[in-house]
Order: sequence, then C-alpha cells, then structure tokens
Amino acid sequence: MSDVSQPAAHPPVTDWVHDFDHTDPQWTEDPFPIWDELRAASPVVHTERFLGCYMPTTYEAVREIANDTEHFSSRRIIVRDVRPEVARNAAPPITSDPPVHKPAKQLLLPPFTPDAMKKLEPRMRAICNELIDGFIADGKVDAAARYAKYIPVRAIAHMLGIPESDSDLFINWIHMILELGIKDESKLLQAVQEMSAYFRTHIEERRSKPTDDLISYLMNAKDKEGQPLEESHVLGSLRLLLIAGIDTTWSAIGSSLWHLARTPADRERLIAEPGLIPIAVEELLRAYSPVTMAREVVKETTISGCPVKAGNMVLLSFPAANRDPKVFPDADKVVIDRRENRHAAFGLGIHRCVGSNLARMEMQVALEEWLKRIPDFRLDPAGTVTWSQGTVRGPRQLPFLLGKAM
Amino acid sequence: MTERLRVHVDPDKCQGHARCKALAPELFELDEYGNAHEAGDGIVSPGLEDKAWLAKSNCPEIAIDVIEE
Ligand code: SF4
Repeated sequence: MSDVSQPAAHPPVTDWVHDFDHTDPQWTEDPFPIWDELRAASPVVHTERFLGCYMPTTYEAVREIANDTEHFSSRRIIVRDVRPEVARNAAPPITSDPPVHKPAKQLLLPPFTPDAMKKLEPRMRAICNELIDGFIADGKVDAAARYAKYIPVRAIAHMLGIPESDSDLFINWIHMILELGIKDESKLLQAVQEMSAYFRTHIEERRSKPTDDLISYLMNAKDKEGQPLEESHVLGSLRLLLIAGIDTTWSAIGSSLWHLARTPADRERLIAEPGLIPIAVEELLRAYSPVTMAREVVKETTISGCPVKAGNMVLLSFPAANRDPKVFPDADKVVIDRRENRHAAFGLGIHRCVGSNLARMEMQVALEEWLKRIPDFRLDPAGTVTWSQGTVRGPRQLPFLLGKAM
Repeated sequence: MTERLRVHVDPDKCQGHARCKALAPELFELDEYGNAHEAGDGIVSPGLEDKAWLAKSNCPEIAIDVIEE
C-alpha cells in the first residue's frame, strides 16, 4: 500500500482569483505574488474548493472578521476538504466562541505572560546550544530539521511536564493534524486519539503525584462556579498547547534563518547590533507570518463591502494582511529595523495567540544563540528548501553550509 | 508652549499582545493575564514621548491613545 503521508491531489489552480487553493504547490512554494494578485482583485475573494471558502486579502478585512464573533465562528479553525461534526471541547479556547471563550482563555493566560517567559529563558538558551553542539562541527546542517524544529517542541514539553525526549512523537502528531488532516480525516482522528491517550496517562500519574507543570495547573483549575474543569476541557486545552506550540514557532524560526542565510547585510547588522534583534523578530514575524487560522461563516454579512454567505469557511490569512501595502510601506520588503509594525502574526481580537510571548522569546533566543556561534551561513546550493502546506507555513528542509565560503 | 502627553489603554480593545510593555516599559504595566494598562496616571515624562508614539503605532488592536494635553 502506498504511504498515506501524501495528501489527495487537488486539480492545479489556473484562476487564482476565483478558484484559489492554499494547498496548491505554487502557493506553498511562494504565496506572496498570489496574495498580491488576490488583493488587487478584491478585499474578499471566494473559491468553491473546500466546500466553499472566502479569503480576506486586506489588513482591514482580516481585522473586521477577526473582531466579528457574531458572524464568524471559531468552532472550525482549519480549512479542510470535509466538515465533520464539531467536537465539543475540541481545543479550548481557540475553538470556542463567546461567551464560553473568555473564561477558557483567562485560564491559560497567566502561565504565558512576559514575566513567566523570562523565567523560561535560561532553559531555552541551553536547549539552543545543545542543538548547535550537535551539528556545528559538521560544516553543514538542515537548520529546519535539526535546529528550528526542536526548540519549540522542547519548550512546550518542558512547560507541560512531559518528556522532551518524546519530541518526535509530538511532531508527528502535529504533522498528521495540521497538514495530512486537511485532506485525510482518518489521520487527524488517529493523531487526536493518540494524543488524548498520552495525556490521560499523564493526568493519571499526577493524581497520585502532583507536580507544578501545566498539566497539574489545568487539573487544579476551577471554573467560575468553583468546580474543576471537565476532563474533556483539560484534554482539549492540553492538545491545543501542544499543537499550537510546535509547528508555528518552528516555522517562524526557520523562516527567519532562511531570510538571514540569503541576506548577509541583515545578518551582519544583527551581529553588530544584537539590540536590534527584538525589532527584527517583529519584522520577520510580519514578513513571514506562519499561521493562517480559519473561521466559519454562521450568519450572512458583508466584509469591506463584499457579501459573505453562511456555511462557507474563511481562510483568515494574517500573513496576507501583513503584506498589505496600505498598512505597511514597502510591505514586500523585509525592513529589519521597521519601527511602526502593528503586524497581525499572532492574530487579532479575542483569539490573540496565548503563546505569543513564548514564541517571541523563543525566536529571539534562537536567533541570538545561533548568530553568536554561527555568524556565517548560506543556503547549500546542492540541497532543496521545502515548505509546509496549509495552516502553518515554514521551511521543513533548510540545508545550510556553515562558515565562510571558500 | 509645552504640551504634555498622556497614554491611555482601552481595556475593551487590549488583547494582551504586550508590544507596549516591550517598547515602553516605563509607560505601561501588565496584569496577571498579560493585559495592559497605563502606568500610574499615564503622564508621559519628558524624554519618553517617542516611546509613547512608538507603543501606539505598534499596538495591533489600536487600543492605545496618546492624548496631547
Ligand atoms: S500592545 Fe495593545 S493589545 Fe498589546 S498589551 Fe499593549 S495595549 Fe494591549
């Protein structure tokens, strides 16, 4: 039997404006000119694919939808080929709408404040350096597979109190859910079940031996009536933290290194002025935003003057919004010291990414530690860069040569 | 004539992106959920004016007002 890791093919796109497909290889490889074409055509475009799907193309249209929880539901957050029944407590709070959203979100916010992240920073630096130790002597490395990929997964494992050595297991689940699951329901369900079973084992262990990690934190949390959370809620939030914590920041770190490998001037500037790294991180987040969330239209309305009909999905492309030249001058260029930058890489409105402070810290530390030890690197012309598909965009293979070119 | 600046965070709009605190730690504080409010009465001490405008122009939720008094 053929390996199921290849999703079912969609017919190639010939008319991007009326028939777009974010899983098309051309989009996966280089979406930027496509977004520009769509934006020039309309602030909201539509495709019949994925059982009907809109995509806002401007910052303004994305903002309108993100703030309109009455017409746009978060009960489905990935644009896929199928619309199975909505599972209760799938991954709260990201899958919740008001009014149940707020308490679920407030529960997760305190462990992810900037101050909480500061405490985690030394552990992150150690992880980055351990990873670099593993390949620096080789003179070449796949920076996505051996560096970027393991930083966020080990961070979130550390916070959840699950073994960092299980990282490959987690990464495989995420791949099944966020990429293969777009077109293959069975892969998604399998990963969700395996993940839930894994967390149930950990929950059981903590009943007899409580710890101070995020699993125990959720187990001890109380709702507003003072009752413990339902187990399905605890499991849903744990799945969310693992899923949301991994691919996203892996992609952001990978894209940043990809940019720096191809842009020696930016690299040299960051080495000379490390204080600029936090500002550069914001610009890299803007230019290469990894995450596109989805919404489901539940009530007819208009967005930027365009009618949208219930029953369709929405590809809520924060990355495309961040390339809108009306909001960002020279939107198609990476301006490493851009000062005015209200990018939407972490979303807008009530669903702002809970882990944004963690992601920012990881990106800063990952770039700082890398640039300190590996100031010179470039793409390996003998290798190929590949990009992930769908919900989260980032390099999955990133072959680099390390050191000065001979 | 010197104008005084005051910053104000609209708590209904703020979603806790924490950009303001990162860019102007003297002018903003975060609560236990990471949501921001202006430090003290929000008055911008001389020399911090740029930081106030910078925070405003980096808030993704357009939650920050800089008021000239
Ligand atoms: S930048 Fe804006 S949204 Fe973020 S914490 Fe400050 S005021 Fe709130």
